[in-house]
Amino acid sequence: MKRLFFACLALCFACQMAFAQNTHANLGPLQAVLQEHAQNVAKPSRKTITPVIDAIVASHLENVPAFLEAWQAKEVWQRKSDGGFFYGEEVAKRTYALRDFDTDMIVGEFAKKELKQLKPNSGVRGLIATALVKFQLSDPDVVRRRAALLAIERSPQPELLAPLRESIAAETNADIHARKERLERLLTIAFDTDIAERISAIEEMSSDLSVDVRAALNPLVVTTLHAAENLPVEQNITKILKPGSVGLSLNEAYDLLVEMGVADVQTTPAMMKTALANHIIDGRVAGIPLVQLSELEKREQAYTALESEGKVPPFIGADQIAKTVAQYHFYETYAEPNPSVTEAAERALASIETRVQINQTLDLSLDAISLASIYFLAAIGLAITFGVMGVINMAHGEFIMMGAYTGYIVQQVIPNHTVSILVAIPLAFAVTFAAGVVMERLVIRHLYNRPLETLLATFGISIALQQLAKNIFGTQARPLTSPAWLDGAWVLNDIVSISYIRIAIFVLALVFLAAFLFIMRRTRLGLETRAVTQNPRMAAAMGINPERVNMMTFGLGSGIAGIAGVAIGLYAKVTSEMGSDYIVQSFMTVVVGGVGNIWGALLGAGMIGTLQKGIEWFNPSNTLAAQTYMIIFIIIFIQFRPRGIIALKGRAAGD
Amino acid sequence: MNRSFIARNPSVLVFLGCLALFTLCVTVFSEGAGVGGISTSFIKTLGKTLCLCLVAIAMDLIWGYCGILSLGHFAFFGIGGYMIGMWLMYARTELIVEASLAQNDIPPTAQEVIDGIGTQIFGVVGSSDFPVIWIFADSLVMQLMLVLIVPAVLAGVFGWLAFRSRVTGVYLSILTQAMTLALALYLFQNDSGLRGNNGLSGLQNLPGVEAPQSLVSLWFFWGSAFALGVGYILASMIIAGKFGSVIRGIRDNEARVRFLGYSVESFKLMLFVVTAMIAAIAGALYYPQAGIINPAEIAPIASIYLAVWVAIGGRGRLYGAVLGAAFVSLLSTWFTGGQVPSVNLGIYTIDWVDWWQIILGLSFVFVTLFAPKGIGGLFDILTKKGRSS
Repeated sequence: MKRLFFACLALCFACQMAFAQNTHANLGPLQAVLQEHAQNVAKPSRKTITPVIDAIVASHLENVPAFLEAWQAKEVWQRKSDGGFFYGEEVAKRTYALRDFDTDMIVGEFAKKELKQLKPNSGVRGLIATALVKFQLSDPDVVRRRAALLAIERSPQPELLAPLRESIAAETNADIHARKERLERLLTIAFDTDIAERISAIEEMSSDLSVDVRAALNPLVVTTLHAAENLPVEQNITKILKPGSVGLSLNEAYDLLVEMGVADVQTTPAMMKTALANHIIDGRVAGIPLVQLSELEKREQAYTALESEGKVPPFIGADQIAKTVAQYHFYETYAEPNPSVTEAAERALASIETRVQINQTLDLSLDAISLASIYFLAAIGLAITFGVMGVINMAHGEFIMMGAYTGYIVQQVIPNHTVSILVAIPLAFAVTFAAGVVMERLVIRHLYNRPLETLLATFGISIALQQLAKNIFGTQARPLTSPAWLDGAWVLNDIVSISYIRIAIFVLALVFLAAFLFIMRRTRLGLETRAVTQNPRMAAAMGINPERVNMMTFGLGSGIAGIAGVAIGLYAKVTSEMGSDYIVQSFMTVVVGGVGNIWGALLGAGMIGTLQKGIEWFNPSNTLAAQTYMIIFIIIFIQFRPRGIIALKGRAAGD
Repeated sequence: MNRSFIARNPSVLVFLGCLALFTLCVTVFSEGAGVGGISTSFIKTLGKTLCLCLVAIAMDLIWGYCGILSLGHFAFFGIGGYMIGMWLMYARTELIVEASLAQNDIPPTAQEVIDGIGTQIFGVVGSSDFPVIWIFADSLVMQLMLVLIVPAVLAGVFGWLAFRSRVTGVYLSILTQAMTLALALYLFQNDSGLRGNNGLSGLQNLPGVEAPQSLVSLWFFWGSAFALGVGYILASMIIAGKFGSVIRGIRDNEARVRFLGYSVESFKLMLFVVTAMIAAIAGALYYPQAGIINPAEIAPIASIYLAVWVAIGGRGRLYGAVLGAAFVSLLSTWFTGGQVPSVNLGIYTIDWVDWWQIILGLSFVFVTLFAPKGIGGLFDILTKKGRSS
């Protein structure tokens, strides 16, 4: 009986053992690894997690990336009953379906209180992400590989270099392959332990203009200032600085010593004053009456007296500073300890800098051309009304504004931007053409050959139109949105780029130029206009109606201003004052170029645009100054060519 | 000579009489020295209007009598304001800084005072150092001289360049407008040395003078009236003399005057510089009454308004310019001040603040088209009627 009992007990125990072994054996391989580090997986900290992640990755299991992703996304849950880790998915309120990582089978649904969510902090998630990147680099999904590359580009780390290199050979996508190789070069520059490899990578990239290459090279050549009594030998010293020279003032050198704790703080005038104020006795400081202390010499005298009594800290003035600084050597060291690497990096940066400057000049020229085309657009209507007809229309800017507001209204009615622009352009022409004709009939007709009066009357119209626009549309800027296909920019490299909208304005300017030439040279209206401009009486004798021609020509000039308004509105904001922003420049363009000649206006716009961008380049932070200097330049330019770049000669020049 | 001048120009005497009577009335009804009835702020408005009349006289000289439509004279007006503003601001800040430093036990050194003033004035543009152009700011005499010198030099250089190359008519107008724009844009920068678009402020306080604003405003009113009177006499003498005949000749036919052997450019330049100086004096009197000057005051539109005043008043006659400037600027103040009741039309309410500019602009067109003589033309009709009857 007793033996039987023992036998039973033994059997039971064995069963138990077997069962226990069985459950352990039933664990999936990943779960087993996780259980081994259960404590650290459940409550990870940045310090303890690295070996855990290494162990997980070292298992080389297929489902490791899936787990890491879920872990990072806080989607891993621990079952409280046995401590197992599962992928959790909310199926009902406060109920989660758990899925095993190894088998990918749902193991059951559990209430939330039976589970515990794993919430790694951001530091841990960062480490998980690093581990993940290694897998994602060779992920079959192209999108994921791209995302992994982007992650490395954003935060390059030394340990990513090896996996990145491994993944290059197997890469099939040509685009990603190129990006990987490039990234590998950059990481090599920053992190490789092999000096020769780094230098060759630096030299390879020294013709690349991208910002990321410079971002990789620049940290290598960052310098820090040091001071020491004897020059160290083993450090990578850039240069030795002499205090009191341009690179390092005495005060800067002394401040460094103070920071290092080897010198006392300099006695500033303010400190001296405070110290003196603290030792006023009967209206005197160290025997010197307060009234006299409005002079610096007396103050120093009083301070020295106090110092000899031991009441204030010793005076540290210019003499003392010079003496202290002379005891030290000042030098700058590179952040990168290896001199051959820094030398290669400096060389590469210098060669990049030259290319950058060439490209910046190119970019500047593109900017200048686009600005010139804007001025040309604004001025081409004037080239007709002022240049051909000789009418000073100060309300020209307001016609530009009218065109822009027409575009804005059309966009309120037609939501499709492409269609609305296509409608707005002819409509803006029609509106401003009509406005120009009305103005010509009512006002300008009576003032031909009285240019100053025309100028004043059109000023009046300009003031009234501006205020009218303000009354109708308010003072805030109205948007004129360009179609989606004009968004973005044509990017040549990291330095040279030009937005499509500017290209469109440039093209529009060319179209206008062609249209102007066609109308003036090939149409009846152009012929009649030229005839009336040269000799109205003779033209009338030939059967031309000068009144009608003047009306039509003025309308044409105004209508072109309206179209220019739509284009300028796309590029800048639409406000009631936008016209007055362009009016002076427009007149300048026509006057500088030469009145009465479209090529002159083109040259004038080119000159003004180039000039303004050129001056801005000298002083990039200040566009106001650029405009100021440009106007001054034009005033001087007119001294030498009072009739503009292209001056009409002979009878066509008039008086 | 003087007697005969007055005898030949009775309008000068009439004008001076009216001006003296006006000044007397305003003084009697002022709060500072009279029985009250005209508020201090209105006295300032009247004083400012007198300054605007003075700059309008300058404009009339150059435009009405010489035919040069300068769109830059308000820039000279502004420069005058800036020059006197520099002293006003410096001296007042100096007093404030000295007062605050005097509270310390230790008296300040000269350098501490200057540093304090620098921080006070230029802190707003993120600097504390005095730019070079402020070297004379501590001296009233020097700044008063600069009120005349700076505009004279600027007008001289610009005029010499422009007249020398025979830029005339509308081209000259556009060029002067460009000059004004360049100056305004330059002053808008923070590192222009004149506090960028903050401008100079607190100019209504006379440093070291413990008088209420009601009295100070009256002093400036008297000063403005005096300057206007002197300016009027000076302008009348200029146009009554041989110089005046030549410049009128230039207006009517420049080529003929040149053929007669006159150096047209010198006459134009001379007039341009003198009128710029008159404008600067007007500005130097205007801005202490306004209390603040900033680059927006110099913007090209201000010079255009000046032309508007003179045109509406009637160019080519001095009292026309004065009347135009006074009439339009006071009307502008009235309409844009918001005191005029809105007109309710049922569906739309006419708010005069919004519509004044439109009325002004259109009336300008109207005057140019139908009444080239402006308000002054009314006097012609009246006097002709008087004679014929």
